[in-house]
Amino acid sequence: MEIPYTVEARPDTGLNNVKLGIWLFLASEVMLFGGLFSSYVLLRVGAVEWPQGAEFLNIPIGTVNTIILIASSVTMVMAYASLKLGDFAKYKTYMLATVLLPVLFLCIKGYEYWEKVSHDHLPSHSTFLAIYWTMTALHGIHIIGGIVVNGYFWGPGSKMWHIKREMFENRVEAAGLYWHFVDLVWIFLFPVLYLL
Amino acid sequence: MDNVTTAEGIAHAEHAGHDEHELSFLQAYVFSQDHKVIGIQYAITALLFLLFGFTLMMLMRWNLAFPGRPIPVIGNFLGMANAPGGIMLPEFYNQLGAMHGTIMVFLGVVPLAVGGFGNYVLPLQIGAPDMAFPRLNMASYWSFFLGGIVMIASFFVPGGAANSGWTSYAPLSVIATDGQTWWLIGMIFLITSSLLGSVNFIVTTLQLRAPGMSFMRLPFFVWAQLVTSFLLLLAFPPLEAAGVLQLMDRVADTSFFMPSGLVTGDGPLEISGGGSPLLWQHLFWFLAHPEVYVLILPALGIVGEIVANNTRKPLWGYRVLVASVIFLGFMSFIVWAHHMFLTGMGTTISTFFQTTTMIISIPSVVILSAMFLSLYGGSIRYTVPMLFALAFLPMFGIGGLTGLPLGLTAPDIHLHDTYYVIGHFHYVVAPGTIFALFGGIYYWFPKATGRLMNDMLGRIHFWGSIIAINCVFMPMFVTGLAGMNRRLYDGGMQYAHLQGVLEWNQFMSYGAWALGFFQIFFIFNFFWSIRHGKKVDDNPWQSTTLEWQAPSPPPHGNFTTPPEVHRGPYEYSVPGASSDFSMQGQAPGAEPAKV
Repeated sequence: MEIPYTVEARPDTGLNNVKLGIWLFLASEVMLFGGLFSSYVLLRVGAVEWPQGAEFLNIPIGTVNTIILIASSVTMVMAYASLKLGDFAKYKTYMLATVLLPVLFLCIKGYEYWEKVSHDHLPSHSTFLAIYWTMTALHGIHIIGGIVVNGYFWGPGSKMWHIKREMFENRVEAAGLYWHFVDLVWIFLFPVLYLL
Repeated sequence: MDNVTTAEGIAHAEHAGHDEHELSFLQAYVFSQDHKVIGIQYAITALLFLLFGFTLMMLMRWNLAFPGRPIPVIGNFLGMANAPGGIMLPEFYNQLGAMHGTIMVFLGVVPLAVGGFGNYVLPLQIGAPDMAFPRLNMASYWSFFLGGIVMIASFFVPGGAANSGWTSYAPLSVIATDGQTWWLIGMIFLITSSLLGSVNFIVTTLQLRAPGMSFMRLPFFVWAQLVTSFLLLLAFPPLEAAGVLQLMDRVADTSFFMPSGLVTGDGPLEISGGGSPLLWQHLFWFLAHPEVYVLILPALGIVGEIVANNTRKPLWGYRVLVASVIFLGFMSFIVWAHHMFLTGMGTTISTFFQTTTMIISIPSVVILSAMFLSLYGGSIRYTVPMLFALAFLPMFGIGGLTGLPLGLTAPDIHLHDTYYVIGHFHYVVAPGTIFALFGGIYYWFPKATGRLMNDMLGRIHFWGSIIAINCVFMPMFVTGLAGMNRRLYDGGMQYAHLQGVLEWNQFMSYGAWALGFFQIFFIFNFFWSIRHGKKVDDNPWQSTTLEWQAPSPPPHGNFTTPPEVHRGPYEYSVPGASSDFSMQGQAPGAEPAKV
């Protein structure tokens, strides 16, 4: 017996296994970052003093990084749409952009980190910086995960398109859902850490 | 087709050999992606961890019974740093305590109940060929295995294993020895494992049900596993977050859980301060209370299966049971702070959590009552699995009812952190859950091996264990009510108010060692029966659920013909039917399979 509904949707649930799986995974990710954001709130309301983000963080750089990530979300959608339209060459281009944009994001993030280190603004400096480092680093790990997965679907994994087209489309869709989630986390992180 | 499903499925059992391509030994038994092999890997690894965790406790019980006396024989092997001259140091006792809790919960009971039974039985019961994501399933096991290795290895780092309790309360855990860092890293592996597992279980249950297996035809065990998986999926990540924060506190000198102005024996701590030790407790118990239901729900599922099978009548109130389990799952997310009544978090919050705690006891009592009512009027077969299931009911009852005073803020002031608490939750987990798991092993052993476990050895194991385990835990209520603190390494001999109850310490220790002795019968029986147990057919218990329709042991892909479901899970003694059980895959009007 083969495992059913790996590609096609099950009639009564309306989902295939991959899509249900990735949504459940994202639900747990919501709880992970939810736990961290709750910790942030509790620590902040319990703190005697809490710095404005701008005292330590560079808002223009953060804004640029936000735009970069949103752009990569857009290219991800375009990549998936191109696949659905059967335009593999376009898919490759958009997917490449989806891989390279977050690399740029990480480079800028790295510069920010380097700046912090050179000013001795390490996690041990204050609870604000501690939560900044922890949450952005955890988010950064998620970004790296996304780059690896999307890179695989851009490169060696894309051969599957010629063999099992529908399965490949499902996989890219799942990777896309994850990628949008990672971007969404940043969209929360940016105002919480930089602006508030 | 309908008729063929059961009749031929069972007839074909003998030539279970499947025309799959040959797998190498490594692929078939080590890095297997078959849910049955992974289930057995989980089960055996978890049983070993249970034994190990229990051994730690037997060592601790020596020091509680005979404080300051050298441990005979074993004491010589514990090392100078832990037990000079065989006498256990308090620091080592703390390590054993913390690791006993951690190992029993995260490496023993949950992997056995969910990873072991869930993996092996759930796909079979819903008529699926395997789990939805076999490769993730394998990754889940190996992540669990690595987490276990890290935990065990932490005993050998300088300063020994984690020693701040299984709850790892900050700030103590932040300033503790290196073992705590290993504990956190180990937990991250275990959390990853349970995340992969729970996604897999939910997708499998929702997506891979055989044709005709509607939600209201799912065996109760499947429902219990499904709710358990949701708890694991949503409750574990906050602990992962907390673990990361504590790791930062320990490694990067942050102060998430460290308040300002903290002074240790070495003087004031050089930290930025401003953190909240209570935050750790909130994050920890947000996981760890649902975790309690992760421990108990699969056990309830197993007991449900065994009770229905051995009373030869349907489970009483199947729909109520399902509704209760789901409600229990929801409620378990909003009771966590009843572990924290004495932390000074405020009476308003305490009152809220006291109320939710009282509410969550309702579905628990409903489930237990339904199980008891299921017994009424049944012609009970006292098989070994049934003995364990029957023992589970009152034992879990004691555990649950003794929990009520703990859930009320006023009596908790007296009872908090005493042996009463230890007695309470051990009644839930040890003669409760672990007995149910033993019952499950005796019950499904013939499915996994095609052989029964020895009946006489099973009965010795049962009666010995039930008596011994009550000798261990019942006196804890007495010593706890007398005010014995749960963390005293010498059993409280320095306290005047405990002098009257100290004698119970030795009694409990003899109970624990007797319990250990009776497990030998189980261990021997388990391995002996794999080769020498009585050979039986595919459905030795005359059960109704789908797993008994597959050959024993089920081949790769599980079923010889794709199963189809025609009825509910517990159609025992249906009036007018030709046998006293109607299997789920048996078409209406079809003759039951000969067994």
